[in-house]
Amino acid sequence: MMSDQSSSPLLAVENLRTVFHFADGAYPAIDSLSFELRAGEVLGLVGESGSGKSVAGFSLIGLVDAPGEIVSGEVRFKGRDLRKLSDEELRRVRGKSVSMIFQDPLTTLNPVLTIGEQMMEAISEHETVDPAAARQRCIDTLTKVGITSPQTRVDQFPHELSGGMRQRVAIATALLNQPELIIADEPTTALDVTIQGQILAEMQTLQKETGTALIWITHDLGVVSELADRIAVMYAGGIVEIGQVDDVLDSPRHPYTLGLLNSVPGDTPRGEALRQIEGAAPSLTARPLGCPFHPRCFRASDLCRTEEPPLAEAGDHSWRCHHPLDPEKTP
Amino acid sequence: MSPRNDITSAPDRDEDAILEVRRLSRRFSRKPVLAEQLLGLVGKAPEIPVLTAVKSLDLTVRRGEVLGLVGESGCGKSTLGRMMTGINPPSEGEILYNGKRTDEMSRQERLAYTLAVQMVFQDPYASLNPRQTVGEILSEPLRVHNRCKNRAEISERVDAALNEVGLDPSYRDRYPHQFSGGQRQRIGIARALIVDPEFLVCDEPIAALDVSIQAQVINLFLELRAQRALTYLFISHDLSVVWHIADRVAIMYLGEIVELAPTTELFDSPAHPYTQTLLAEIPSVKRRRRAFQPVKGELPSPLNPPSGCTFHPRCPMATDRCRSERPISRTIAPGRTVACHLHEPS
Ligand SMILES: Nc1ncnc2c1ncn2[C@@H]1O[C@H](COP(=O)(O)OP(=O)(O)OP(=O)(O)O)[C@@H](O)[C@H]1O
Ligand SMILES: Nc1ncnc2c1ncn2[C@@H]1O[C@H](COP(=O)(O)OP(=O)(O)OP(=O)(O)O)[C@@H](O)[C@H]1O
Ligand code: SF4
Ligand code: SF4
Ligand SMILES: [Mg+2]
Ligand SMILES: [Mg+2]
Repeated sequence: MMSDQSSSPLLAVENLRTVFHFADGAYPAIDSLSFELRAGEVLGLVGESGSGKSVAGFSLIGLVDAPGEIVSGEVRFKGRDLRKLSDEELRRVRGKSVSMIFQDPLTTLNPVLTIGEQMMEAISEHETVDPAAARQRCIDTLTKVGITSPQTRVDQFPHELSGGMRQRVAIATALLNQPELIIADEPTTALDVTIQGQILAEMQTLQKETGTALIWITHDLGVVSELADRIAVMYAGGIVEIGQVDDVLDSPRHPYTLGLLNSVPGDTPRGEALRQIEGAAPSLTARPLGCPFHPRCFRASDLCRTEEPPLAEAGDHSWRCHHPLDPEKTP
Repeated sequence: MSPRNDITSAPDRDEDAILEVRRLSRRFSRKPVLAEQLLGLVGKAPEIPVLTAVKSLDLTVRRGEVLGLVGESGCGKSTLGRMMTGINPPSEGEILYNGKRTDEMSRQERLAYTLAVQMVFQDPYASLNPRQTVGEILSEPLRVHNRCKNRAEISERVDAALNEVGLDPSYRDRYPHQFSGGQRQRIGIARALIVDPEFLVCDEPIAALDVSIQAQVINLFLELRAQRALTYLFISHDLSVVWHIADRVAIMYLGEIVELAPTTELFDSPAHPYTQTLLAEIPSVKRRRRAFQPVKGELPSPLNPPSGCTFHPRCPMATDRCRSERPISRTIAPGRTVACHLHEPS
């Protein structure tokens, strides 16, 4: 791995808080979000639907629109707090040093521009290049993400591509300027395992060659396990457990992490109900007091219902739980 | 959980079929741009690439089953699903719903078919009108088709549908962009269910969902199937999910079904080399920091499909014959078909 423990982190997020303003008040979608990422490192960000993974991704690069608002916290990228940059400076960072692959490729792709037109725009925003060279770079990048006949595809419109191809165009666009950090939001959910392997291989090459760091937002614990160095588990807007993949997946300390691991199909007999975490994730406007997971937690006590659990850590592994699981009893 | 139908021993009769497609094809070509039209007028029409997304495909979906449809991105799964639900017309071939050709249906039959066959779309955001609230999105089909007596009943059905997919009914007045990706997908599922369909084409219905919600939605599908006697075409690239939910699995490659088998048999003894590749690559929480491999061999393009067996550029077993002769689909065991030269009767 490229990561170097001694040097300062590529990215340091501290107490980031983003709220949504509704008629009756402001509700945090992420709160006290803190973590670090070193150059070349892959952090898997997992968590239930609605837990705030995408909002976290958007907040890192300052892309939160009304009714959302980033209200506090720091996002230090190579020592510079991105939150203090002007819009113009931020735009220069975005798409050049930091790029984000959005969860919904159709919302990022412009329906009236061809694939090539929008990819070339992503290049020309950051450098002046000869159109023929830019076009060739687009075609080469499309090939890397497994798009065949790129010379034809580059002139097609988004609706002419399949769901997975659109996803790959979004990935290719993020790779165009060889960023130092890629935030990828559910980037391979629509791809079969062979194409996904192709893309992950490409990402690993990029990491080795240029030290690109990755934040990989996904619900696929299998992919995280195979790709990431560290894993962060989000629940109700905050990170409830973070650490090396082996530590978190082999000896989870937070009951929610264990619940996630148990819902992976595989051990349940075919056709029978899968084990699921009982209850539903709390809505933004009704976050429980104390530990937000308590209404669904099999270990909840009175303490959990009133007090937010503090951060506890053992080495590089940390969690927020009053009654953490015993690391000796692996699931 | 109700006992599963023993699909393997079910006789392969047409009476079992809820939906059949026969020699179904779908081609796409670009509209000629002005310059090309002009060239066409002077008799030098340039060649506009034509893509065959679905190629003379036969498939029968049996009443009450979950048929998994698995295949590479771009192989034509959504296109097939959209034709089955009548959203897009085929270029060639027939679709039979309850034994009746959909292109020969009376208006009334056609309406019954479009209500009974619903689709959960792959792209939840693109398929939800951003200007409608969730309540409006869900009540629209009820209103359009006059399925409810009054507004109170509509509102009751909307709340019930939201509850059924695990969303709080108080979300009724919010707009699609105010939801997370997974929440939007559940709105799409609720919309499909609200008209009481009997056949659901689910296009990657859980790809956007995290594992715990995936488990909830899979359980929901299983429950609905038991309660409402639903039939599913379940499009997914996630083999562990398909293994769990499907009775039979069809593997698709470049517009064709290359293997069809009961689920356990497919997983126990995959016959087609592509199926074997897929099974070998399923990500697992037990494997760590793997070095991912780019696709071996060349990825084929539907715009320029390989000769013979379309899988040959990637097939470790390919021979000269594979490069020139297209394998036809053969029955290799009861209920199992495969299109590969390796499986010829000797
Ligand atoms: N524009 C918005 N307006 C109001 N609420 C929003 C908006 N965007 C997100 N939210 C809410 O913020 C919370 C976090 O959403 P986010 O999209 O980050 O979830 P997620 O973890 O990415 O989920 P998924 O896995 O389903 O994509 C959710 O409750 C969502 O409803
Ligand atoms: N409206 C269209 N115009 C032109 N080509 C199209 C159109 N819709 C689909 N295609 C092409 O048809 C092929 C099959 O697309 P389809 O969306 O059915 O794939 P898919 O199997 O669903 O893939 P994915 O898993 O990526 O969603 C692709 O090559 C795609 O580019
Ligand atoms: S703090 Fe209490 S409720 Fe929260 S996860 Fe730990 S045991 Fe469960
Ligand atoms: S027909 Fe030949 S190339 Fe095609 S899958 Fe079989 S062995 Fe491989
Ligand atoms: Mg998201
Ligand atoms: Mg599709």
